Amino acid sequence: MSEVITADLVDLDLKAADRQSASRQLAERLVAAGRVTDIEGFLADIAKRESQMPTGLEGGIGIPHCRSAHVAEPSLAFGRASEGVDFGAPDGPADIIFLIAAPEGGDASHMKILASLARRLIRAQFKERLRSVQDPAEAAEFIRSEVS
Amino acid sequence: MKFVAVTSCPTGIAHTYMAAEALEQAAADSGDEMHVETQGSAGSDPLDPQIIADADAVIFAADVEVRDRERFAGKPLVQSGVKRAIGGAAEMLNEARAAAAAGPPAGGAAPAGAAAGGGLATKVDSGAGFGTRLRGWLMTGVSYVIPFVAAGGLLIALSFALGGYEIVNAPKVTDQFDWGSLQSWAALMFQIGGIAFGFLVPILAGFIAFAMGDRPALVPGIVGGFIAVQVKAGFIGGLIAGLLAGAVVLGIRKIKVPRSVAGIMPVVVIPLVSTLIVGILMFVVLGPPLAALAAGLTNWLNGLSGANKVILGIILGLMMGFDMGGPVNKTAYSFAALGLAAATPASFEIMAAVMAAGMTPPLGLALASVLRKNLFTHVERENGKAAWVLGASFITEGAIPFAAGDPLRVIPSLMAGSAVTGGLSMAFGCTSRAPHGGIFVVPLIGNPFLYLLAILIGTVVTAFLVITLKSFHRTPEEAADEIPATEAAAAI
Repeated sequence: MSEVITADLVDLDLKAADRQSASRQLAERLVAAGRVTDIEGFLADIAKRESQMPTGLEGGIGIPHCRSAHVAEPSLAFGRASEGVDFGAPDGPADIIFLIAAPEGGDASHMKILASLARRLIRAQFKERLRSVQDPAEAAEFIRSEVS
Repeated sequence: MKFVAVTSCPTGIAHTYMAAEALEQAAADSGDEMHVETQGSAGSDPLDPQIIADADAVIFAADVEVRDRERFAGKPLVQSGVKRAIGGAAEMLNEARAAAAAGPPAGGAAPAGAAAGGGLATKVDSGAGFGTRLRGWLMTGVSYVIPFVAAGGLLIALSFALGGYEIVNAPKVTDQFDWGSLQSWAALMFQIGGIAFGFLVPILAGFIAFAMGDRPALVPGIVGGFIAVQVKAGFIGGLIAGLLAGAVVLGIRKIKVPRSVAGIMPVVVIPLVSTLIVGILMFVVLGPPLAALAAGLTNWLNGLSGANKVILGIILGLMMGFDMGGPVNKTAYSFAALGLAAATPASFEIMAAVMAAGMTPPLGLALASVLRKNLFTHVERENGKAAWVLGASFITEGAIPFAAGDPLRVIPSLMAGSAVTGGLSMAFGCTSRAPHGGIFVVPLIGNPFLYLLAILIGTVVTAFLVITLKSFHRTPEEAADEIPATEAAAAI
């Protein structure tokens, strides 16, 4: 089992006009890493989840996510958008964006990793560190150490 | 304070856990104890039942239905969507604190109850066998219908007392109402009571279904019950409609649906589909035979005369005395009270017999405890004083403290007394249009003096038998002293 996030899945300078674009850019990284097999199908699943209820959360967080048949293994892609992307949170755009890709019927140990990421997102220090981190490898390393 | 929470969200990946974390942090900040069950995709570890038992309040932050929510029965509950807990965990905690201070939800007193939909309780123990659960479903329906019986029945009885029996033919109060006229007020009460009675069967069916299938089953149950009324399938039709609606909902629940649809299942899909199915079955399949059955039963009851009527009174009396407010007693009571809706002379006689038979158990024991003090413990003698009032008010449960301590001697005595009273009330042709009230509605009863005589005789029979049976070989010191008097106060 490979790591849920690696340096190539981190974009510390994400520029996106809207949430669809942000999701697509991060999804492209997952495709390049061979973790998502069909980008259109995957993004359709993401959009479906997003349409149920926006995934933006107070405190500048967006977490587009889904379970999808087009996901090969549980994966995270992290994007930092200093200009902000609207994810429908009540207090404004998100600058910390996690694209969470879970395979259909993923096993529990993988799901636990995603669960612990979700828990970390509530913690102020976790977010601070993500906002200040300087390079992708360091960000991926930090996220891995926090969630596993 | 100690809290427990359940979090869940449609995808089960992110919000479930964020909400859990937020609640835990908020509790840590305020120095409270918090245990969260995350019903997400990483598998959920059910909360330890002991932790639930110790919790002061429960928080549901859930966008999909909380699994096994009956575990949290009777606890003060705060619930919202999952997102609210992420942003406003501290606020929810405050609400939970307020809920804990306000005490358990209404109806949560039922020991095996399951709170659902904001504290509506059922009397179903999900671990029990089918027979026990069936009884629980029916009793849940009955327990929700009794307030309707009380309100409607007493209003109707009062309207007869004020306006005479001709009040039935009074013009509609919407057409004619005079503030200064007693007749108008009586007509108003009669018509309000009649509307309350119109709900008996739908509410019975609705809450039987609710006990089985939770909130989504209320709609098919109530609608099915109302159809039962429409097709003249009566009380039995309502029972069937309720069970049918519950079964249909349970069946639909078994169908696996994608998580994305799961959220709208209980709100839209289940009510829609189950109501359609129950409606079709009640109107065209089950309706006609049930209507024929109801008509047959009504004709049979109306045709009962002389000895047969007395036998019916005796049987109902035996049932009333058997378990003092338990299922058998409630079955006899429901039979009588729901029958009032038919407003036939036979139904009024049955009601009178059942009420009288439900009064004698506490009265007989109260009398016995006065006549032969040495056969009763101190606690029982104290209970005896309360039993006078409870018996006179037709609260059969007043006999429970005595029966619990010595069931083999007490229960047969109660049954005998109640059977005598039930039979006599029928034989005297006493009638009651009031479903409850005991001694306080005697002025409304047909043949009131003979009615009191029937109650008196049954009371004496019970007292005599209890004294005789207890005299054989029993000293009060052996008796269970610790049965609290509060048990007697369990109202019906």
